[in-house]
Amino acid sequence: MKRVLVLGATSAIAEATARLHAERGDALFLVARNAARLSAVADDLAVRGAGRVEAFVADLNDLSHHAELLDAAEAALGGPPDVALLAYGTLGTPVLLDRDPDAAVELLNTNLVSPVALLTLVASRLERAGRGTIVGISSVAGERGRGGNAVYGASKAGFTAFLSGLRARLWRAGVHVLTVKPGLVDTPMTAHMVKGRLFAPAGAVAQGIVAAVDRQADVVYLPWFWRAVMFAVRALPERIFKQLRF
Amino acid sequence: MEEQLRRLESWGRYPVAHSEVRDLHWRDADPFARLTQHALPYGLGRSYGDSCLDDGGVLLATRGLDRFLSFDATTGVLRCEAGVSLEEVIALTLPRGWLPRVLPGTKHVTVGGAIANDVHGKNHHRAGTFGAHVRALELVRSDGSRRVCSREQRPELFAATVGGLGLTGLVTWAELQLRRVEGPFIAVEAVDVPDLDHFFQLSAESDARFEYTVAWVDCLARGRRVGRGVFFRGDHSATPAGEPGPRRGRRTVPFDLPAAALNRLTVSAFNFVYYRRNRRRRPREEHLDRFFFPLDGVERWNRIYGQRGLLQFQCVIPPAAAPEAIRDLLARVASAGQGSSLAVLKTFGDLPSPGLLSFPRKGVTLALDFANRGPRTFELVRQLYAVARQAGGAFYPAKDAVMSPEDFAASYPRLAELERHLDPACSSSFWRRVRQGHPYQASLPLPPTPAPEVTP
Repeated sequence: MKRVLVLGATSAIAEATARLHAERGDALFLVARNAARLSAVADDLAVRGAGRVEAFVADLNDLSHHAELLDAAEAALGGPPDVALLAYGTLGTPVLLDRDPDAAVELLNTNLVSPVALLTLVASRLERAGRGTIVGISSVAGERGRGGNAVYGASKAGFTAFLSGLRARLWRAGVHVLTVKPGLVDTPMTAHMVKGRLFAPAGAVAQGIVAAVDRQADVVYLPWFWRAVMFAVRALPERIFKQLRF
Repeated sequence: MEEQLRRLESWGRYPVAHSEVRDLHWRDADPFARLTQHALPYGLGRSYGDSCLDDGGVLLATRGLDRFLSFDATTGVLRCEAGVSLEEVIALTLPRGWLPRVLPGTKHVTVGGAIANDVHGKNHHRAGTFGAHVRALELVRSDGSRRVCSREQRPELFAATVGGLGLTGLVTWAELQLRRVEGPFIAVEAVDVPDLDHFFQLSAESDARFEYTVAWVDCLARGRRVGRGVFFRGDHSATPAGEPGPRRGRRTVPFDLPAAALNRLTVSAFNFVYYRRNRRRRPREEHLDRFFFPLDGVERWNRIYGQRGLLQFQCVIPPAAAPEAIRDLLARVASAGQGSSLAVLKTFGDLPSPGLLSFPRKGVTLALDFANRGPRTFELVRQLYAVARQAGGAFYPAKDAVMSPEDFAASYPRLAELERHLDPACSSSFWRRVRQGHPYQASLPLPPTPAPEVTP
């Protein structure tokens, strides 16, 4: 039975991943902002077979909760987590982000500042324990800034870089860091988009995550074909890239 | 975007509707917020006609409501959100020794859909309908209210919602009473039915002894052989689940077959082989997947009917009139030579159905499907409606795309009671057709104009 910490447990990818852990009988500590939704998720995971489910309501943008919630998680799980999955994030509203610096700061707080602060604490605890896996959900959007949503791309680029540095720092201590780069996923975050064939269901992404944790992969694109897509996107000269509308 | 219309087909692929789709994810959210159009709860879209469609409206897609709330493995009481599929229910409960009391012919339906259509199964004579095992449900209405309904609490609203075709509001969760099973197998016997009289004899005798009974009918058999087929009857077996074997590969129909693929020759060849093979089959144990959901083994099987889809027909005829009326119906299908291979006969028991609009009632039910070949198929189906109606029959909305307002009203004498409980924001293509008289004309079924597919 693994001890699993889920940060942002009401996100669709987190919930789908937590279901796979529940079916394995793992113990889960869930953190999210909305109490009613968090308890809906927690009840479901308990029915699906989780060895233990604890829910903790917190707004993770309030950095002052971080240490307290990690203490609570260790107490509930009976030790530092084997897997810490960080899955919260927001896409923002591009038209707003283009004009409103407050909106940009808020997005960066949610997608970058808070995750970096929280994982810094998680990292030192796992480093002390000498084991465990940190899973960060970044995005293919972090590989190149798009005109369509520059701030989101910047937040994910920053997060990807942070995870990569964390991995290099922690691997000697026996702590593994997995960077997950999903492409387009059919979740509430993308509810406003028309779903074409490129959209993957959250359940498929979750299976990819659990498999990548099991085989201790460093970076995983989900679904896999995004690795090829992003290779091509990265290879475009900026002179051409800037002219593309997407 | 949400405001964009999507082209939607039901499982019968006729008719086609265009609607906005609103994906629901949380049961505490208001599904009707900021609606300017009529709306209809939508699960997996497995109804055959237009009862799951709302042309020009908004579909409240419930598949994101797929959480379990609680399950008690000592009493078999399961509470889950409305978008959980029966496949997901079975996957959870079967290993713990429980199964839904009533299972329809496919597990790819949601719990909400099973309630809204008050579906039935091969054990109707023992267990009644799906709704008979719903202990309670929560209904959200467009006025923002949330009401828990059961036989004790708001019984009228409960009776309106079970079988209510999604027109009384959105079911967010439901509580089901499951039944104990010792394993995943059904002990099945197949008995040769040389003609219709034998079906009635066998059915009377078997319904007293077996949990599950159903007959497959060769709808091309004519003359003396009308009603020829194979009678299947079974009970749960005590054999426990073995080691999970290699997973049965799921086959799929990858594209629409040409309409001509299903013709009199191919259907009669299939029926000939199927009849010979099964009528002398020895009793055996079948996995319940295979027994209850034989068609689920082939994904998108509705494509074998081609792009124009199929018309389903299901009626129930009162017992006294049944022998004559069923013979008449089958004879007409055989002489028109249009039937397909999926013809099913079953005797319903006399357990009362819980819904004001529940289809199952005492009598004999016949289900048929027809590849849609335009006016002559519609003409045949209309004839069947007339024959069944004359015999006092009733029709099943979930399998209908052609019944008239009069057929509907004659089938459901408690319609006026139901109408008091309708949610003013809810409507469906079916409902407008059978209540406000927007019938599909025989001239309508032209080949569907390929609407531009909406992609980003």
